[in-house]
Parts: sequence; structure tokens; C-alpha cells
Amino acid sequence: MSDLGELSRTAGKPRSLAGDAWLDLRTRKVFWIAAVLVVVVLVMAIWPSLFTSADPRDCLLARKNAGPTGGAIFGFDFQGCDVYAKTVFGARDSILVAVSATLISGVIGLLVGLAAGYFGGWLDALLSRFIDVMLGIPFLLAAIVLAQRLSSDPQSNGVLAVTVTLGVLGWTTAARVMRSAVLTSKNQDYVAAARMLGAGPGRLMFRHILPNSISPFIVVLTVLLGINIAGEATLSYLGVGLKGDAVSWGIAIAEAGPFVRTAAGPLVWPSVFLAATVLAFIMLGDAVRDAFDPKLR
Amino acid sequence: MFRFIVRRLLQMVVTFFGATFVVYALMFAYVDDPYQALVGDRPITDAQRAALDARFHLDDGFFQQYWHYIRGLLTGDLGETITGRSIGDLLAQAWPVTIRLALLSIVIAAVVAVGAGVLSGIRRGGAFDTVTLVLTLIVLAMPIVVLAPLAQLVLGIQLGWFPPTAGRDAGLYELLLPALVLGSLVIATELRVTRTSVAENLRADYVRTARAKGLAPKRVIGVHVLRNSLIPVITLIGVDIGVLMSGAIVTEGVFNIPGVGFNLFRGIRAEDGPLVVGFVSVLIIVFLVINLIVDLVYAALDPRIRYE
Amino acid sequence: MTAPLLDVRDLHVEFRTREGVARAVNGVDLRLHPGETLAVLGESGCGKSVTAQAIMGILDTPPAHVTGGQVLYQGVDLLRLPENERRKVRANRIAMIFQDALSALNPVYTVGFQLAELFRVHRGTSRGDAKRRAVELLDMVHIPDAKRRVKDYPHQFSGGMRQRVMIAMALALDPEVLIADEPTTALDVTVQAQIMRLLAELQRERNMGLMLITHDMGVVADVADRIAVMYAGKVVEEAPVYDIYARPAHAYTKALLESIPRLDHKGRALNVIRGLPPALTDVPRGCAFHPRCAYAREICRQETPPAYQIAPQRIASCHFVREVLGV
Ligand SMILES: Nc1ncnc2c1ncn2[C@@H]1O[C@H](COP(=O)(O)OP(=O)(O)O)[C@@H](O)[C@H]1O
Ligand code: SF4
Ligand SMILES: [Mg+2]
Repeated sequence: MSDLGELSRTAGKPRSLAGDAWLDLRTRKVFWIAAVLVVVVLVMAIWPSLFTSADPRDCLLARKNAGPTGGAIFGFDFQGCDVYAKTVFGARDSILVAVSATLISGVIGLLVGLAAGYFGGWLDALLSRFIDVMLGIPFLLAAIVLAQRLSSDPQSNGVLAVTVTLGVLGWTTAARVMRSAVLTSKNQDYVAAARMLGAGPGRLMFRHILPNSISPFIVVLTVLLGINIAGEATLSYLGVGLKGDAVSWGIAIAEAGPFVRTAAGPLVWPSVFLAATVLAFIMLGDAVRDAFDPKLR
Repeated sequence: MFRFIVRRLLQMVVTFFGATFVVYALMFAYVDDPYQALVGDRPITDAQRAALDARFHLDDGFFQQYWHYIRGLLTGDLGETITGRSIGDLLAQAWPVTIRLALLSIVIAAVVAVGAGVLSGIRRGGAFDTVTLVLTLIVLAMPIVVLAPLAQLVLGIQLGWFPPTAGRDAGLYELLLPALVLGSLVIATELRVTRTSVAENLRADYVRTARAKGLAPKRVIGVHVLRNSLIPVITLIGVDIGVLMSGAIVTEGVFNIPGVGFNLFRGIRAEDGPLVVGFVSVLIIVFLVINLIVDLVYAALDPRIRYE
Repeated sequence: MTAPLLDVRDLHVEFRTREGVARAVNGVDLRLHPGETLAVLGESGCGKSVTAQAIMGILDTPPAHVTGGQVLYQGVDLLRLPENERRKVRANRIAMIFQDALSALNPVYTVGFQLAELFRVHRGTSRGDAKRRAVELLDMVHIPDAKRRVKDYPHQFSGGMRQRVMIAMALALDPEVLIADEPTTALDVTVQAQIMRLLAELQRERNMGLMLITHDMGVVADVADRIAVMYAGKVVEEAPVYDIYARPAHAYTKALLESIPRLDHKGRALNVIRGLPPALTDVPRGCAFHPRCAYAREICRQETPPAYQIAPQRIASCHFVREVLGV
């Protein structure tokens, strides 16, 4: 019996997944919009003085709710602070917290996912059950409890507390994604080949499995950055986040809330910046995922 | 099916103990001064200290504390707030309006997400799809702390389309705007999952079979594609309940709705530890039970799960 | 010979995608008579399934566009029928079964529901009667314990049983034509034989026209009356089954036959056709087979070979028919 199906083989030289993804990314408008937004926000976080010469903590009650003048293009809030300066400086702590928290989550997720996926067996069962338990608690509820406890020190401005809270609670998705990526690439030929050539578990994991499992993980972390920025704002808004001398979009929104009827600007501008930043990271994650996942093109 | 239910119930019991333990540990493990962890940095009276001891057994070991706490939770005894009010009573007063709000927002979200998601999925790349995608992206980018105050400002105060606040006995109309806000938190993801799922199912082989059977497009989509497409959306609703709970804290605070979220919101701001732990624990139980129900519905919809 | 039941003339289908236009079907001509089994044979990707789905009218548009030709069923051009008329042809007149019965059945409904649906939608049968008919159908395709099994879901059946369910579904409304698109490719060898026997048996009982699509020459020899060989979206040779094995008239058919491993050729190198089938976005000029053909000459690169009638029932589209036949 002959199988004509076997006669036809597809030709084509192999290209690396990352290389393909980059070629694809370069052609996407969404990617460039997101990238520009992210860069702007990052620059704003690192050198806020490039954007404004005013000090966000330099507030004069005499200017209370005053309209825009000179550099203060967004006007002043109920305490007489420059809304534009506050908004620009608000980027710093938001980005700092979000990036550090994402790094913490990334490291935890990476290790847990790698260990569960690679070693399997009882370790996988244990870690997976623990992840289930973590997912049994709505994220913000757990964050509120932990943040409230960590931020009980009246002297601190809450940056460390919020970073730890978001970082320690937010790794579950990353771990799950890493685990399943490891499970798929573990059984592939090149890993089997490396194992036969005598590579140990450490080398196998970090040299062979990790590079090929990393793309969905990176997508998750990108989206997590956006989630953490929103998370910081929410915790600050609720009063268990940044405080004291910290300047944050979440605090600004919370403070402006009761006064919206008299002045909308102090509420609107931090909201816009916050949403734009979250949007940038979501779009970036979307674009990168689409580039790595040719299925839905 | 019976074995599935039993297994799922057991799983829920494990998760319940795990989750409450984690929350308890987040609050109390390795604290120097557990009293201060509960009440923040304000001074505390001896009476309060005694009440906290009675409730949390702070002078016991950590695991005994957890045991007392679980026993209270399971017998419905939630203890008292810092200010001496019964947490159980507070909850009982707060539930009704929160349930109304939650149901309303779930219905709004489900109807909009499934309706628009199916339309987008059928005509992927069309004008409707493109507009919906952009809108969902914008909604996705708005954290609740942006969405709730802005919606109140624009739709409630400036345009005056909706009442900007709602009280304890708020009717459906007063709750409409907060429910919309709350629903938008989950609409975007539900819509996108519906859309992808419909688009994927439309390409499935069984759709080709259904068409080869001479069925009209309406029946192919309404009977064959829809049920398959809804399966992943149903699982999402379980997760979404958690998002709604978190969202309700801010939303009820902004719109002055004296529900569960509002009380929690005030409890957080007043650094009322017992209230926060009590409310959070109850919310987790609700979350777990709803997820159990969602899983059962999921199994009813997908025979492959039921018979595995 | 009687008038054909199904007469496909010069059918053209193209897929318009981002990567370009793939001409999947480039002028297919086929005839199917009552009670006849026509095997459509060709390497995968040559357009067999697309042809079948174009006949059924179940291609997705976009990306697929039927750009020319006729599909005559008892003299009526199906391509010109309005959609609601054409829908009545499906399952009632022309039915189809697919390669992978697991994915071709809806996973979330019982097979009973999926069978009964046909009677309820097309015949307006009552729920109870439709159920009863579903059980009868499962009996007809020899599924044991049919009464109980109608309540089962597709994933609860074995591969062979699932394909039987598909056959039952296709034959529910007594169609005159059955198109079977690689019905046994996904099955074990022993099960393959059972399914082919069942198909042959049902076809004889009902005097149906059976269009059997396959890329497996072994399946064809036993059951087919005639064979149509496809290459790059065209039928390149059509002949009664015996003739084609004895004396292929097209260079491609000949190459195919030579690629079959045979017991009496033991020890000799297997003669696989060199090269790959053309990409359908870029079909070569002239004869599409020329880059791989041992007989090819200049004219093959320039001119499309016409269809030569070389015997009453034999057609071959090759410039060098005589040479290939060896006459
Ligand atoms: N959905 C599709 N999109 C683009 N091209 C397609 C699609 N389906 C089929 N084709 C094209 O049609 C050709 C014929 O496919 P098909 O009829 O399935 O081959 P086979 O003979 O194996 O059944 C394929 O080679 C492919 O180029
Ligand atoms: S026409 Fe020419 S290239 Fe084509 S099959 Fe015949 S001999 Fe070969
Ligand atoms: Mg095919």
C-alpha cells in the first residue's frame, strides 16, 4: 500500500521563533504605539524634571483650584498643588513599584514554574495545589490584607510595602504559564538529545528548556506590569498603598474624588496618565503575544 | 457526574482551608505586635485589647489562633469590629444591596459580552469587530480607580444621565451606573474570549458537518457553535467574580452604596483589622462556592469533562 | 451509459489569502453515475477536499471563491441555485462524510441529537419519531446496542464506531450521492477494511453514486469502478479502475503506480516521484507536472496539454499519451 501523503514534504529553512516574532512585530502599528508610550512613561519616571520645572510638593492654598497658568498647564488642585507636576512626578513611584513587583513575581513564577514543570511528581502536585489555593483568593482581597499589615509603619512611604505585596501575590499566572511551557518543551527532541549527551538538570533547565519556553512567560510579565501599575493605584486609592511624601496617581485620584464637583482636572489628568500607561503595557503584551503565536494571524 | 462532584467538593474543602490559612498568615504570621497589625498606628485601649484577645487569641500560638478563627468562621461567629459592632450584623445589612449590584452587573456584562463577542467572532476583521476591539482595549486599560470616579463625573454629574450616587435602598435605576462600571471590569475579557472562541469554533470540523447537513446558518451558529463557544466563557465567570468583588470595594465607595465593598472600604481606611479579616474571609468563601457552581455548570455544558 | 447524476464541469476554486491567491481547483471535470463508485486519487494538497466541498457548497467564503464552472446535479447547476434552495440539496440529495469523525461530530451533543436533528429540521419529524429513526440508523450501520448508544457523546465511541455514526448521519435522508472524503485515513488497517465494506454494502443496497476521495491506492483497487487522478487542482486522467492499473496513460499516474512498493519488486529501490507538488499560489505554466516529469519536453513547459479521449471511457491530459502508454 502506498501513502501518497508521504510523498509531499514541506520545504523551507528553519528560522528562530524570536527572529520571526521580531520581524512580525516590526510591522505592527500597535507595537510601535505601545513602545513609544512605554518609553515616554519610562523617561518621565526617570527624569521628571525634563517635563516640568515645578515641584509637586510646592503647594500654596492661595492657588486652590486655580486654572492653568504658565507651566501649570493642568491648573491647581484643592490644596493648591500643580496638577501637571503632580501627574508627571506620579509616574516615578508607580513605575518603580510596578517594575520591582513584576521582577519579584517573575523570579518566583520562574522558579516555581520551572521546578514544577521539570521535576514533576509530588513537587509538581504540591506546587500546583498551592497555586490553586492562591487563585482561590481574589487578588485584591489578599493584597489589601497584606498591604495593610506591611504598611502599618507610620514612618514609611509605603513603596516597599506595596512592592512586596504585589510581587509576592502576583506570580501565579507566570508560574502556570512557565510550567506548561516547560512541560511542552521538556519532551522535545533537542532536550532529549541534550539529556543523552549528559547534561544535568540545571544545564538542561537553564540552557535548553528555558530559552524555548520564555516567550509566553515574557508576555505574561508584560501584562503583569500593567496590572501592577493598576494595583498600586488601587491600593493607594484605598489607603493601604503609597502614602506620606510619595506622589502617586492613585493617591491623586483618591484625593481629588471628593472635590470633583468643584474641580475635575485633578481627577481627570492622573486618570488619563494611569490609563494610558496601563494601555501601553496591555498593547505591548498583545502585540508580542500575537507575534509569538502565529495561530491567530 | 457524581464522582466529578465529589472530587470537586473535596478540592474546594482543601482550597478553603488553604486560602483562609494564607489570608490568616498574611495578616498575623511573624508580626512583632499583632495588636498593632490589626489596628494600625492608632492608640488602643485595654478594652479593645481584651476584645482582640477574645477574638483572635493573640496570646496563643499561631496555629491555635488559626484554629479558633476557622471555628468562628464555620459557626458563623465573625466577632466584632474595633469599634465593638458585630461583624455578622454589619454583613447581614450590607449583603442585599451588594447582591443586587453584583447580579445587575453580571447580567449586563454577560449580555453585552456574549452578544457583541459572537457578532465580532462571526465577522472577524469587519467594522463592528474593529470598533469593539478598540473599545475593549480602552476599557481594559481603565483600572477601577479610574473608571468609577470618571464615570461618576462624566455620566453622573456632567451629563446627568444617571444618578451620581446610590443609597442603601437603591433601586435598579440608581444601581445602573455603578453596575455598568463594575460590569466593564469583566466585559472586555469576556467579550474577547467569546470572540476568539466563536472564531475558532467556526473553523472547527463539526461546523462543516453541520453545514453539510443542510442546516441554516442561524441554526449552525445558534445551536452548534454557541454552546461550544460558551464553555471557555463560563470558566471565565468564576475568575470574574473575584474581579467583581475587588471592583465592588472601590465602586461602592465611590458611589456611596452601603454594601459589603463599602464597609470593607471604610474598614480599610479606618484600619479596622478584625472587620477586614472577617469580610475578606466571607468573600473568599463566597468566591469558592461560586467557583464550585461554575465548574458544575461547566461540566454540564461539556460532556468531555463530565465523563472523563 | 445513463445520464450522470453529478456532472462537474471546469470547476475553479481559489483561496484569496494574505500570502496570495491559491488556485486550489483549476478546471476539474468529473462525472458520477448512479450506483457507481468513482475514486478521486491524488497527493494531499492537490485539491480533492476543496473540490468535494465546492460540490457541497460548504466552503468558507472568504477565503474560498468558486470562480468558474458548473456543478450539475440531475441537470441543475447547483452553483446557480439560491442558498436556501441549495441547502435542501445537502443531506437530502448529496451527503458527505469526512476524514476525522471525532472532530467532525459536535462534541457537546449526543449522537442521537445530531442524528435526530436531520429529521427534525428537514422533515419536521416529532421529537419521539426522530429519536426512533436515530436508533434505526445506528442499527443500520451495525452499531451494537443502538438504543443505549444514541444517548452517548462522540468521544465515548471508538474511531471506527464514530465513522459509522458519520455514515449513518450522511445516509439519514437517503441521498443519491455520497461523497466520502478519506473516510478511512484516520483509522487502523483492520477497521479501515470494515468501514470500506460497510460503505460498499450500503451503496449496493441503495444504488447510490459514491465519490470516494483518497490518497491511498490500496483502498481504491478493491472498491472503485472508475478512477480520476488529480494533480495541482486538475483531473489529469480518468479511467476504469482495471485499465489504469494495467496501462496508465498519464505520466503522473504512471509515476504514482511505480511508487507503490510491491512484493515482486523486493530489494529494488522504491521509486518515489522526485520533487514536490507545486505551490498552488504558483502553478507552473504548461503542464503543472513538468518539473517532475520524466517524459517532459519543451512543449510541456509552454502549452497546457488538452484532454485526450483515448478510449470510450478514458481521458488523459498529457502531450505524450502515446509514449506513456507505450504504443
Ligand atoms: N482554508 C484554506 N486557506 C487557504 N488555502 C487553502 C485552504 N484550504 C485549502 N487550501 C488550499 O487548497 C489546496 C488543496 O487543499 P485540499 O483540497 O484540502 O487538498 P487535498 O487534496 O489533500 O484534500 C491546498 O494545497 C491549499 O493550498
Ligand atoms: S504533458 Fe508533458 S510534463 Fe505533463 S505529464 Fe505529459 S509528458 Fe509529463
Ligand atoms: Mg483532503
